[in-house]
Amino acid sequence: MEFAFTEEQKMIRDTAESFLQEVSTSGAVRDAMASAVGYDASQWQTVCKDLYWQAIHSPESVGGMALGYVELVAMQEQMGRYLFCSPFFASVCLGVNALLVAASTEQQQQILPKILAGKTATLAFSGAAAGRNAGCWDVGTVTAQWQQQGDQYILSGQYEYVIDGASADYLIVAARQAGTVGSDGIRVFLLTADASGLERIPLPTMDQTRRQARIILDKVSVDSTAMLGQPASAANNLSIILDLATIALAAEQMGGAQQLLDMSVAYSKERVQFGRSIAGFQAIKHKAADMMLRVEVARSGVYYAACVAEEALAAIAGGQQCDRAQLAEAASVAKSYCSDAFFQNAGEALQIHGGVGFTWEYDVHLYFKRAKSSEHYLGNGSWHRERLAALLLDQETGL
Amino acid sequence: MKLTFSAEDEAFRQQIARWLQENLSGEFEAIRYRGGPGDEHMFHAERHAWEQKMAEGGWTCVGWPQEFGGRGCSIEQQVIFHEEYARAGGPGRVGHIGEGLAGPTIMAFGSTGQKQKYLPGIVSGRELWCQGYSEPGAGSDLANVKTRARFDETRQQWIINGQKVWTSLAQEADYCFVIARTDPDSKAHKGLGFFLMKMDQPGIEVRPIQQITGTSEFNEVFFDDAVCDATDIVGEPGEGWKVAMGLLGFERGVSTLGQQMQFQNEFNEVIRVAKENGAATDPVIRQRIAKAHTELKIMRYNAMRMLSGQVGSDGALQREALIYKLYWASWHRDLGELAMDVMGPQSQILDADPYQLSRLQAMFLFVRSDTIYGGTNQVQRNIIAERGLGMPKEPRA
Repeated sequence: MEFAFTEEQKMIRDTAESFLQEVSTSGAVRDAMASAVGYDASQWQTVCKDLYWQAIHSPESVGGMALGYVELVAMQEQMGRYLFCSPFFASVCLGVNALLVAASTEQQQQILPKILAGKTATLAFSGAAAGRNAGCWDVGTVTAQWQQQGDQYILSGQYEYVIDGASADYLIVAARQAGTVGSDGIRVFLLTADASGLERIPLPTMDQTRRQARIILDKVSVDSTAMLGQPASAANNLSIILDLATIALAAEQMGGAQQLLDMSVAYSKERVQFGRSIAGFQAIKHKAADMMLRVEVARSGVYYAACVAEEALAAIAGGQQCDRAQLAEAASVAKSYCSDAFFQNAGEALQIHGGVGFTWEYDVHLYFKRAKSSEHYLGNGSWHRERLAALLLDQETGL
Repeated sequence: MKLTFSAEDEAFRQQIARWLQENLSGEFEAIRYRGGPGDEHMFHAERHAWEQKMAEGGWTCVGWPQEFGGRGCSIEQQVIFHEEYARAGGPGRVGHIGEGLAGPTIMAFGSTGQKQKYLPGIVSGRELWCQGYSEPGAGSDLANVKTRARFDETRQQWIINGQKVWTSLAQEADYCFVIARTDPDSKAHKGLGFFLMKMDQPGIEVRPIQQITGTSEFNEVFFDDAVCDATDIVGEPGEGWKVAMGLLGFERGVSTLGQQMQFQNEFNEVIRVAKENGAATDPVIRQRIAKAHTELKIMRYNAMRMLSGQVGSDGALQREALIYKLYWASWHRDLGELAMDVMGPQSQILDADPYQLSRLQAMFLFVRSDTIYGGTNQVQRNIIAERGLGMPKEPRA
């Protein structure tokens, strides 16, 4: 039991921080927002070549850095702080995780080196069902269907809210057998973006720092080697992938919540009203103290969840089952707390900034919007709390 | 960063679990799960006997260095100790003020003589302590203490006059650590002394305060020419504030782990009731239970972070330590409300007259003190803003 970063982990975090502080400036973020794909593609290639972030937790056998999930969340935290516009979340936290969890060793050997060389990936699993009841993010929301024809699978259906779906080189998609519900009949497939019958429609987003797309599959035909892993474990794999991505997203939210605190404290010290800096007023200090509390609690929750994720991935890599209940619980603990903490901090930051917080010029609105978009992606606080409630209250054993 | 314990630590877990199983039974069966928040006045004699039983097994002061009679356990082992103690339903520890506050203060700031005189009584579980800080005019403004300490040259003793208030379990304590003004012309945190005082003496009178719960853990303590030997001041006259603030650092330390495990026991009871009476099917209650679970779970890992890196390189408390009191106190207050809302109308019916509260009812009422004592939530927010975020202090009137 240790609950502090090692020296190496600190170095990884500090390197990410200093790099992002330099490159992910307000101007750079706004340039990315105005760009076609939502990020600076040539800069991402430089990151892939020089910093190798995309390889952080891939195994050495495919040329990865073989670091753990704690290192991954340490980087995600910094990306959240600086609103780094890049395909990292989609490609690594969705794509690479999907391959690590669901793909066979052969499939990993084939695809991961391409992602490590700079190709990008994302995960599409959920149709319009994801938007029902104010957000639903489990395996049951898969509506696209697969049909087997000889050695071929024919995929048809529509996916919503696909992160970087219009720009990713690889699409990992989930589909179900006609007539099945819940976790029955699920399969996971790997598609290339140029597959015949695959249409990608960028969706205009309130949060312009991360792109979403609708993906339509119209009788896309793939051979059976495109199916990731064994059919029997596909639904379980998909739920593990979602929990891992959820933990990574929570880390990013925590980083954003931290930055909002830092911005607000700095602004309150500069802003003079009634002849003194507003940082001296208890009304402001107490808001800032509550913001810091939320950030620190979020941080502890994320580190805990990262340790659980790391254990889960290690088990899977060793051919073992991971502890599903523990991973689901950790993901929901982290995501429910961080979703609320990030948005609450964003609201308070806007209030502390006063009028300028309402302008396009100041960066507060970028975080405010990112907070809301991240909250509603992969399950908001209420959805995750209900998932925890089911674990705590609806089973004989409980957690 | 990792969650698992070493094989050696797991062996330690077996050891404490077995000892508790063998000893927390028979005559001590009745005090299992007792003596928690709102219940601290109950079964005092039995819990005092239990404290000495713990000492016989070497299970008091587990985190203290061996040179002072402790067990010298690592942080990991202390975590395990508290986990197993709560799991076994270990009763609220009557010795916790001595073990968690007085002892560490004496170890850090006390003389050799004070260490020899006071530490063995704490380790053995025989001598109990209370804390003499707050006064009627010194609550949030703790440095405003008016209790005076005058040195009588002929008797070579300190003579203490004044009043303390909110003194937990003063009626049971053998000793009290007291901050009092050694320089009558001084103000605020300057000119204070830190005294170790025997409670059983003519100059000290303890009057219980009947609380919101109807019970009396807290007391007023009156000092009327009470005496303290010259050798029983910790540090020099005028250094009392430094010593007192050092002690507040210990208050945020490992002792909080045991408290968290008690929270878990209380929360488990809330869940049990919710499942039993059907509240567990109410969507709003489900949200609140899940939120309480989330925040309690994180509380544990926040404490782990705090313990893994106790102080920053500049010696200041780290950020996770600064927020800790505000966080747990607010959580516990909310748990009390949740408990009543889960119980529903039955929460308003008592076990019996006269005013016999159930465990959850007592908890609901008692937790309202958590956000007040040891620095109110408002004071905690000021401390966080000033020390954690570098925001300006309130101008002094």
